[in-house]
Amino acid sequence: MFSYKKVALLAAGALICVGVAAGSAQAKKDTIKVGVLHSLSGTMAISEVTLKDTVLMMIDDLNRNGGLLGREVEAVVVDPASDWPLFAEKARELVEQKKVDVVFGCWTSVSRKSVLPVFEELNGLLFYPVQYEGEESSRNVFYTGAAPNQQAIPAVEYLMGEEGGEAERWVLLGTDYVYPRTTNKILRAFLRKKGVKSSDIMEEYTPFGHSDWQTIVSRVKKFANAGKRTAVVSTINGDANVPFYKELANQGISAEDIPVVAFSVGEEELSGIDTSNLVGHLASWNYFMSVDSAENESFIKSWQKFIKNKKRVTNDPMEAHYIGFKMWAQAVRQAGSTDVDAVRQAMYGQEVRSLSGYDVVMNTNHHLSKPVMIGEITSDGQFDIVWQTDETIKADAWSPFIPESAKLTADWSYPWVCGNCTKPKFN
Amino acid sequence: MMRNYRNYFSRPASALLLLLAMAAPLQASPSEAVSFEVAAAGLASSSYSDRMEAINALGALGDPRASGLLGSMLESRLYRRVSDDRLVDARREGSVYLLSDPSTGEPLGEAGSRDIRKIMVNNSLRGAIRAVLSRMDLFSEDLERRRTAVEAATGYPSSEMADSLAQALANEDDTDLKAAMEIALATSRLLSTDAAMRLAGLETLSKTTSSEVRTMVSRLTETDADGEFYEPDPRVRGVAASIMADMEARMRMLENVGKLYQGLSLGSVLLIAAVGLAITFGVMGVINMAHGEMIMLGAYSTFVVQELFRDYLPADLFHLYLPVAVPVAFLVTGLVGVALERGIIRFLYGRPLETLLATWGVSLVLQQAVRTVFGAPNRAVENPFWMTGGFELAGVVTLTWNRLVVIAFALAVLAALGLLLRYTALGLQMRAVTQNREMASAMGIKTGRVDYLTFGLGSAIAGVAGVALSQVGNVSPNLGQSYIIDSFMVVVFGGVGSLWGTLTGAMSLGVINKFLEPVAGAVLGKILVLVFIIIFIQRRPRGLFAMSGRAAED
Repeated sequence: MFSYKKVALLAAGALICVGVAAGSAQAKKDTIKVGVLHSLSGTMAISEVTLKDTVLMMIDDLNRNGGLLGREVEAVVVDPASDWPLFAEKARELVEQKKVDVVFGCWTSVSRKSVLPVFEELNGLLFYPVQYEGEESSRNVFYTGAAPNQQAIPAVEYLMGEEGGEAERWVLLGTDYVYPRTTNKILRAFLRKKGVKSSDIMEEYTPFGHSDWQTIVSRVKKFANAGKRTAVVSTINGDANVPFYKELANQGISAEDIPVVAFSVGEEELSGIDTSNLVGHLASWNYFMSVDSAENESFIKSWQKFIKNKKRVTNDPMEAHYIGFKMWAQAVRQAGSTDVDAVRQAMYGQEVRSLSGYDVVMNTNHHLSKPVMIGEITSDGQFDIVWQTDETIKADAWSPFIPESAKLTADWSYPWVCGNCTKPKFN
Repeated sequence: MMRNYRNYFSRPASALLLLLAMAAPLQASPSEAVSFEVAAAGLASSSYSDRMEAINALGALGDPRASGLLGSMLESRLYRRVSDDRLVDARREGSVYLLSDPSTGEPLGEAGSRDIRKIMVNNSLRGAIRAVLSRMDLFSEDLERRRTAVEAATGYPSSEMADSLAQALANEDDTDLKAAMEIALATSRLLSTDAAMRLAGLETLSKTTSSEVRTMVSRLTETDADGEFYEPDPRVRGVAASIMADMEARMRMLENVGKLYQGLSLGSVLLIAAVGLAITFGVMGVINMAHGEMIMLGAYSTFVVQELFRDYLPADLFHLYLPVAVPVAFLVTGLVGVALERGIIRFLYGRPLETLLATWGVSLVLQQAVRTVFGAPNRAVENPFWMTGGFELAGVVTLTWNRLVVIAFALAVLAALGLLLRYTALGLQMRAVTQNREMASAMGIKTGRVDYLTFGLGSAIAGVAGVALSQVGNVSPNLGQSYIIDSFMVVVFGGVGSLWGTLTGAMSLGVINKFLEPVAGAVLGKILVLVFIIIFIQRRPRGLFAMSGRAAED
């Protein structure tokens, strides 16, 4: 019976802890509440904890400068624990019980799809900071990450061009879930349109956390041996990247032979890899830590101070939260209220000087106009920006390269007022 | 390696410059110094095509100063000093950069990050620089530099190279390099306008299977977009086709060897992950869901040892951190295992469901504890130099060092464990307690002590596995979860309680997986393996090597 007593004791202790935490969260009145819905445990914690810290830093910064509308801003942090149904529950808890005014959160597309009905039902407001497959525009979500035409398409165009090495043969590698599948569908349609033959495209998917890349890397090598310049487009997600890059390096594939461009590998992911053998492999983002701008310099400084670690890196989704948070604060000031409908109206056309040094704008399709940058990995785990757009590119919520979605329009202003319509709601 | 030669030829200008490069040493004129400065200044241009032109112009000049300049550009260390536009080599040293002259190495003081601007170099430019440098190096005194030059010449064949290669071949003494030069020469002859030369080239190449050569030869048999053959001469086409057929037959054989190696390598990863479980689950019967976390703790011990080496020991000892990490991980996870057994598991013997739940809870606690201490992102564990890279078998199969080491290590661990169980007093006691606890106790064996030592040993071996696995994969708090299912699969498939079973189970699962994967794809391949195991377990519930006798009947 000894163990039962122990378990009971532990359970009692846990209950007390929860009670204390809940009590303290209810203490302050008349603050503006910002919900943070990022996994702090489980598989996605690896990426999402950083974003939680970013939002906390932005709130800290805002409060130091007098808060918002004369009120203090308070973070309400919950942990959906990388569990997709739990995301929906926690989102409901934030909006319904904690009465937050806005939520910053989610990473994977499946978690976003899981909370979407909740935000739409309760008329909440979500800022989603990660590059994704597009094909969505909800009235209650602002998408601050890149759509495929702001990341995937420019990267492929770069590798096709003279500067990128004129690739003619393509390997599309991805983890087996919705983002890589959809992105590759768009890329395949795009490549076919550019005159690439089907036999010159190889598409491969692997399970989450795939750790044995020997077979696939040797197949890529073989595929690249057909006498045409070959490039790899990687939508491999999360933990599977480390063994993938290790295998690439050890099998002696250098970026000059077969460049690999990745859409889910940033500074944070590289900090877990020894990059000395990966120099020259590429990533496409809207921001790199190595951007030379005054905004970026001060952001990095305050981030490293906030997190108390001089080696911590910044990455693209952090910048997306930076943009989203600044825009939301501006929109609240402009609307004079945190009411979701008022803030939504004020969001359209909102402009922020991003860390990348461009003026980015929120469009009526709830997506941003952002610059696109292509970086090559350096030996110190950073990126050299080898190409960037002169101006910002407007995100397509619906890809023109997929026939079904080419017909759809996302525009939440009059007369369309719709996220997926073929004709305006009012005319 | 398989750098595309057509790419190179699509720029007639560079071919012309190449010719100039050959002729350059003949015309030493006073204007040369001026044009070197002009060409060098072109490197700092913001336009990609200007930089490309400047690189080729520097190559054409044949100025010895170009070699240092291009060398530091290749390493991304070339900067432009804002104050006087001088090109400098800069190395980061803390928050400042140490400047030196790229050609002479003469130090030029320090600079802050605002005083210098990096000369951007991308893959295409690096490729061009390597080609230029290699032409300069073909006649170098240094054997290594000649070797890289020949490699680049094979990857970047051009008909203009043929003469200088032939000349270099005549002067070469090193036999290995001579053979490589012959292949490079033959490859460049394939591009000759003379059909007899192309035939001669093919003859030399018929014995190799290296990827560059395969690309070149196969091209001779192919047609372009308009259906015209790239190779006008039918005789040459015929020879090329028969050589290709030969090469392909040899390649198929080598590919199967490759798959076998990959299977054994995957098997060894499964093996090392499962050996610890073969003790805690196989020998003791504890359904230990925290096994994966013991592996993770081992990997983090490796990380900590690596950081200590980096911070407190000279850099030339760094590569020794791995052998040191093995006993450290063994002790750390062994102690955690003993604590776990004494604190929780010993109260739950004979209650498998409770054990499963309790150890699963422990696994969550350990994960979150590591996340709190080390942070959620992955930690970088470097391969020491002797585990980086690999070697190619005839250009088809790459055997990577880190995986070879893991194979050897897994077998060594298994052998050591087998010996310990068979020949030591502890091993004898372990087997006695497992087979008949009461009888062992009656013979004076302290069963409690044996229990925690056995569990500690199983955990310690899992920790050692973590050291090995940190070399092939991630080090993150989730590391354990990716191995726990595979580990149970191996132990159950091989036969609970049998080390031989674990070895055979791991290796056969690895090989089956690797032969299935190219046919079925990674996702379906994994599913098929699981289906296979389910059917197998239904046929033989006790696995490959079933224990017989009384021990099996409890």
